[in-house]
Amino acid sequence: MSFSWIDAYWPLLLTGAWQTVSLLVISVFFGFLIAIGLAFAQVSGGPLTRALAQGYCTFFRGTPLLIQLWLLYYGVGSLLPMIPGIRQSLFWPILREGFFFAAVSFTLNYAAYEAEVLRGALLAVPKGELEAGRAFGMSPWRLTRRIWLPRAIRIALPTIGGEIVMQLKATPLAFTVTVMDLYAVATKVRQDTLLVYEPLIVVTVFYLVITALIAGTFRLVERQIPMRR
Amino acid sequence: MAELRPQALCVENLHKRFGTQEVLKGVSATARKGDVIAIIGSSGSGKSTFLRCINLLEMPDSGRITVNGEEIGLKPARGGHLQPKSWRQVERIRGGLGMVFQSFNLWAHMTVLENIIEAPVHVLGLSRREAIDKAEALLNKVGLYDKRDAYPAFLSGGQQQRAAIARALCIDPAVMLFDEPTSALDPELVGEVLKVIRGLAEEGRTMLLVTHEMRFARDVSSHVLFLHQGRVEEEGPPHQIFDAPVSARCREFTATLSR
Repeated sequence: MSFSWIDAYWPLLLTGAWQTVSLLVISVFFGFLIAIGLAFAQVSGGPLTRALAQGYCTFFRGTPLLIQLWLLYYGVGSLLPMIPGIRQSLFWPILREGFFFAAVSFTLNYAAYEAEVLRGALLAVPKGELEAGRAFGMSPWRLTRRIWLPRAIRIALPTIGGEIVMQLKATPLAFTVTVMDLYAVATKVRQDTLLVYEPLIVVTVFYLVITALIAGTFRLVERQIPMRR
Repeated sequence: MAELRPQALCVENLHKRFGTQEVLKGVSATARKGDVIAIIGSSGSGKSTFLRCINLLEMPDSGRITVNGEEIGLKPARGGHLQPKSWRQVERIRGGLGMVFQSFNLWAHMTVLENIIEAPVHVLGLSRREAIDKAEALLNKVGLYDKRDAYPAFLSGGQQQRAAIARALCIDPAVMLFDEPTSALDPELVGEVLKVIRGLAEEGRTMLLVTHEMRFARDVSSHVLFLHQGRVEEEGPPHQIFDAPVSARCREFTATLSR
């Protein structure tokens, strides 16, 4: 075993970790926002919105993330430059990067999974508490914002923590669209030094540390929730 | 003399059916300011449904509801029942009706204090400071001041129900609606809740009280409605209903339960 390469590759490892964490944070944040919309569409939408939201979730949960990523990168990615003026636009430096496509497809995928979790949690909020909100004169919007959604998120929290860890473990797929994430760094080290195991072991430790941070954060947050279990 | 007091609540000829089952077959009730109206009757007589129709948690099929002189605008909807002409109005009127539920229904993600100030701050637009002052006074009144920062899951049933009563009081309701407030409590916890409700009756709060506690109903109410199969079978002052009921059913019912 040789780890002497670490000194030279340390900055690259940190960059990789940064890319991985960025993908994770972006996809979880925006995915969660989309999931809220999808979950409410399924729970309290009309027949059409419900069907659309269900269709969305079935598609994104029912097909491999790798294929979604490639459909986006090779499909939409090859169509984008045909939009007139897009190459001159302010956003082109972002739009042409693999990172952009990875972030978008991870976001869309995470949203589908999280929507299912939230849907269940919304339905699990005791009817009586919602009724109490109505009885005190809350409008549907206020009831949702003050009671329904916050209650549901607290119910869903343990599951959300798990989903974020799953999402972390999906990020190495970004390597296939040229993103220099942690896994890509391991591959680069292998190509440069012909060492196979050592770089994999090092990035494994990185992933473990990130997972531990996520789990620890959620443990702390969950402890703030005053439920009797 | 009593007739001089202004009307706080007037419900006229309320009908409600669930499917083919007609639960309310034209129930009316009037509460003047300071009245304590006990609604009694066996299970399935429609008393809870009647109460829940007043703040439109259930939509009646027909009837008129007037709170503090303001009639709730209702129009026929598809499916045979009524629907509000304006939800705004319903929300405003609900903000003046303090409802206490059988199963408390405190919001589990908020402390007792937060539960109590929620509607005053976010529905009625009171400042947080004002609401807290008011809530703390009410907590003192129901004997829960030391529990103000506790979460509902950590309170006993009796404490939860007293917190729920404080929550209902904090909106300064024109009428308090109690839906079997002690039915979900262990027997030894019933007393503490009844004591609070009795205190409110003595203060002159206007209240509608659906209850199975006959002795209590007799003690605190100024008027009793005996519901049977969706109709007001008999009504009158408590001594009439409990001591000299006219209707045979009412006699049967109070005979089994009041002794």
